[in-house]
This record gives sequence, structure tokens and C-alpha cells, in this order.
Amino acid sequence: MIPLPVSIALAHLRARKRQTAVSIGGVMLGVAIFIGIGGMMNGFHSYFLSQLVDTNPHIVISDEIRLAAAQPLATLFPDGALEVKRVLPRDPVRGISGASAILDALNAMEGVAAAPSLAGQIILRRAGRDYAISAVGVDPAREERVTDIVHDMIAGSFSTLAYEPNGLIVGQKLADKMGVGLGDSVVAVTTAGSQTALKIVGIFHTGIDSEDQSLGVVPLARQQAMQNRPRVVNEIHVRLADIKRSIPLAEAFERRWGFKAAPWEETYARVLDVFALQDKIIYLTTSSILVVAGFGIFNVISTIVLEKARDIAIMRSIGMPGSSVIAIFVIEGIIVGVVGMALGWLAGWALGSAIHLMPAPTGNAGDTLPVKLTPLLFSAAGAIALIAAIGAAFLPARKAARADPLDIIRGAA
Amino acid sequence: MSAVLEARGATRLLPGPQPALLVEEIDASFEAASFTAITGPSGSGKSSLLYLLGLLDSPTAGDVLLDGESTARLSNDTRARLRLEHFGFVFQFHFLLPELTALDNVMLPMRQLGRLAPASMRKRASDLLSSLAIAPEADKVPSALSGGERQRVAIARALANDPRVVLADEPTGALDSKNGAAVFAIFRRLADEGRTVIVVTHDEGLARAADRAIRLVDGRRAN
Repeated sequence: MIPLPVSIALAHLRARKRQTAVSIGGVMLGVAIFIGIGGMMNGFHSYFLSQLVDTNPHIVISDEIRLAAAQPLATLFPDGALEVKRVLPRDPVRGISGASAILDALNAMEGVAAAPSLAGQIILRRAGRDYAISAVGVDPAREERVTDIVHDMIAGSFSTLAYEPNGLIVGQKLADKMGVGLGDSVVAVTTAGSQTALKIVGIFHTGIDSEDQSLGVVPLARQQAMQNRPRVVNEIHVRLADIKRSIPLAEAFERRWGFKAAPWEETYARVLDVFALQDKIIYLTTSSILVVAGFGIFNVISTIVLEKARDIAIMRSIGMPGSSVIAIFVIEGIIVGVVGMALGWLAGWALGSAIHLMPAPTGNAGDTLPVKLTPLLFSAAGAIALIAAIGAAFLPARKAARADPLDIIRGAA
Repeated sequence: MSAVLEARGATRLLPGPQPALLVEEIDASFEAASFTAITGPSGSGKSSLLYLLGLLDSPTAGDVLLDGESTARLSNDTRARLRLEHFGFVFQFHFLLPELTALDNVMLPMRQLGRLAPASMRKRASDLLSSLAIAPEADKVPSALSGGERQRVAIARALANDPRVVLADEPTGALDSKNGAAVFAIFRRLADEGRTVIVVTHDEGLARAADRAIRLVDGRRAN
């Protein structure tokens, strides 16, 4: 036999089928929208991050340092009474010293792949126009192991760089802007003053404007020659089998070799901050729908409490404690909340699936809007729905429990 | 014979801008197997005294004793528990829960007390309805019953936990004379079975069926 408060709660709800259905519908709608919109946001974030993170290295070790070296006198005599400031070191050779040994050490680690590169600005000259771009000199065979750019090639081949010493791979938007295609030549001018004829051997499309418009990839040796920095490497690109290890590993690399090691979370910190802000706005907005649904439940339970004042009085008079009266109405809220949540889960899944069928404006035929429905999303929607339902039911329930049954009995008499 | 229930100087003052004295210094004791009628004109405090005796209300002065024990300082939950275990209430209006069948209404106090197994509760509720000659109506909701049938279901509910004290507030007020007499006959039988029965009525004729009558006028005992 089900407990008395549950059976009375069910009887109350059964007697008000339409009001109950409206309340359940409100919760269902709130949960479904929370899941549908949240899933779309999740999907968009995942898609965007995967585009960023998979296309680019997970950790970039560069020839920068985060803090200037301590002054020599302070190092030698940390407790000295005299301080000599602004002692400048000799101009160091720019680049990552011992890059070869670092690369060997990195590639020997499990789940870590590393490739050397030299980044620098160049100007591409074509038909009398100049296009400033970031050029990255890479070792094609090793670079393929650390970025996904090979999968973003829409024309030509990334591996061509291995046997085309003057080869250049550019983004689709840059190629369109310059009006070049495979096999065309452009002139590269560097700040060192050199001019080199480069041949377009590949075109990529990452979907990230900044890369598609202003990034060029050349063989490492060509870049070193153009920048007049023979045998210099100023970035080491690292790819991890498990990207969640990026922060601790970057910290370890930085401690070990002294060069700045930026994990992808640091590189894209602004993007992640924007995502976090977007999440807050979206979840606050969608949660407000559940709060509105809570008002619906409050309305129904309050109506029942008013209508059932006499029944409550009689139950109290025969010995039902106030806590049991509260239980009856809170259970009604829970029933509405749970049924609404379960239906909302189904509707949310359907909504997410429907959104996923809609075409995405990525420029690639067949791409649909990314949707990522996670257990956390369903749990969060359910938890907010239940909290709203219980909270909405508790207030009128407490009022019912506090009412003096004699007032009702005297009134009826 | 010792009193099951006793009022000692029970007074109930209704507070407010103009305080109203509902009952004043009532002394009365009620033994087992007794049938007492509380009579008096409207507004004389009959129902107020019944609510004090049934622990539904607390005296502002004096005391109500159950089995010789004071109830003045008991918490609301303790008073609710005592009502559930020892008292059965019948009101002028049946106050049945409209969504539940007659049988389920009778089972309500048993389920709240939770001492019997579900099957035993069901059997006891059926037996009570049978003893009041309304067994065929067990599965009907209150709206499908006549006034007399509803009041008998309410009496069955009052007897659900086998209370020692049965309190009724104008139980025949909404019934015709035939049904009223039948209900009073039931109370007579309950008293004969050993229960303490206290009934508020303004019907002097029916009150004569009781063992004794306590008459109230303006909140005080007139006899």
C-alpha cells in the first residue's frame, strides 16, 4: 500500500487533470528548452574548440620567457646591502637553444609528439598588391603529427612541402583574396629584405577566419633562409594524446627547459572566457523558463490548498501532523516536477535532434548545426526543474500546515 | 469509576481587539461507557467545550486531563498523536475526502496510525461499514451517498482506530429526524460497548437518549 500522503497527493492531482497537465507541460517545456538550447551551445563550443584545438598544437613552446632573469648581483649576493639595477645581458641568440635535444626528449615521452617550427612575418606580393601574413616554417613529416591541418586541405597536399623547397600552403580566403590557385607563384618579402618566389602547393580551410586569411606554411629550411635565421627554431609544436594533460605538462616543460610553454587553454583563454559568459547567459535565460514553470506549480498547489482547506482541517483533526500535510503538497510538486522532467528529457532530446538536422552555415555542404547533449545537461535541467517544483509546492504546503483546523471547522459549522 | 476525560476550570478566551469568552470555568468528568450530551442555545459554547475536550483546542485557563494526566503543556504533534490514538470525531458536516471512496475514507485514520497491515485495515474498515449497515456503499465516493450514509461513513471513520472517546459536534444537524434518531442509536450502542461518548446537540429530544446532559448558557454550566 502506498504511503497515505502519496495516495492523497495522487488523488488531488487526478481530480484536477487539466491544471495538472498545464503545470507538467510548463516544466516539460522549460526542461526541453534548457536541454535543446544548452545542447546547441555545447555543440557549438565543442565544434569551435575542436576546430581550434585540433587544427593547432596543444602546447606551443616558444623562445619567450615569462619573467626577466634576476639581476646578477642579486643572484650572487641575495642579502647584499648594495643593489645594482638594469644590468643588461649580452644580446642572446633568439630562438630555442638546444631545440633538437628538447624535441628528442619530447618525442620520447608517451602520448607526446613534437615538431619544430619557425614563425615570422612575411609579405606576399602578387599582382602589385601586398598581403601581410604569418608564415610558419615546418618540418612537414613531423608537423603532420602535431596538427590537423592535413585534414583541412581542400586543394593540393600538405606533404608536398617535403619535396617542394619553395612550396607554400595558404588559407582559402587568402588564396581567394590574392586570386591564386595551385601551381601559381607569389613573391615573399621578409623584414630582412630578402625576396623569394614561392609556389602555391596547397590550400586549406580551417573555418577559423584568422587562419584562413593570414596564415601561410612553408618548409622550415625556406623560412629559416627567408628570415635569415639559419638553423633557428622559435616554436616547438606539441600534440598530446590526452588534451586534458595540457596544463600540467606545459608547466612541467616550462620548469624543465625555461622557455614559455603555453597550453591551448592559455592560448585561447579569451575564447574560453567568452564561452563561459555565453554559458552563464544561456543557462540563466533557460533556467528562468523553469522558474516560470515553478510559478505554474505554485498556482496549482495554492489553488488545491485553498480548495482543500476543509479536508486539511479534517485530516489535522483526526491526528495528521503538520509535517504530513506539508508532505502531501510537496509530493504533489514532486510528482508534477518528476513527470514534467521526464517528459522534458524526451522533448529536449527530440528538440536537440531536430536542431542537429538543420544545415550549418559553415560553407561545407552537408554540415549540420552541432548539438552535444550530455548527461550533465539532462541532470542540470532535471535538478533545476525539481528544485523549482519543490520550492513552488513548499510555500503553499507550509501555509496549509500552519492553518488552524478549528478556523475551518468553525467556519463550516 | 475513574474519569477517562476531565475538564477542570476549563476556560477559553478568544483573543482579539474585543476578546470573546467562549467557555468559562467548566468542570466536568467523563467516565468510560458513558453517553453525555452537551446542550444549550446557539453561541452557548457547546462546540468550543467539545474542541477543548477533544484536544483540538487548548484552554486559556484551567486544564483538560486525559486518564488523569494534564494536557496543558503538550506540543501540537503530541496532541495530534493523542487525537489519532484515543479520539474519534464526528462533525455536523461529514467532512469526508471527496476523492476517496467510503472504504478509503474509513481507512484514513488507520493508515495515518500505521499499526495494522493493509489487509487488516481493509477488513476492519469493511467490518465498521457493515456494522453501520452501509457495506454495499463501500466503493462509492461521498458524492454518490445520501446525507445519512455519509454521516455513517464519518462515524465509521471516527471509530477506525478503536478510540476510547467519541466526540460528535451536532452530528444530526444536517440529517432528517429519522436519520438523526438512527445516528443517536449508534452513539448509544458505542457507549454501551464501553466507549466514552460526548455529543453536542441542540435537540433536547435526542439529548434525552444520553445518560446525562450538560447544559451550557453563555459559556458556563447551567446545571
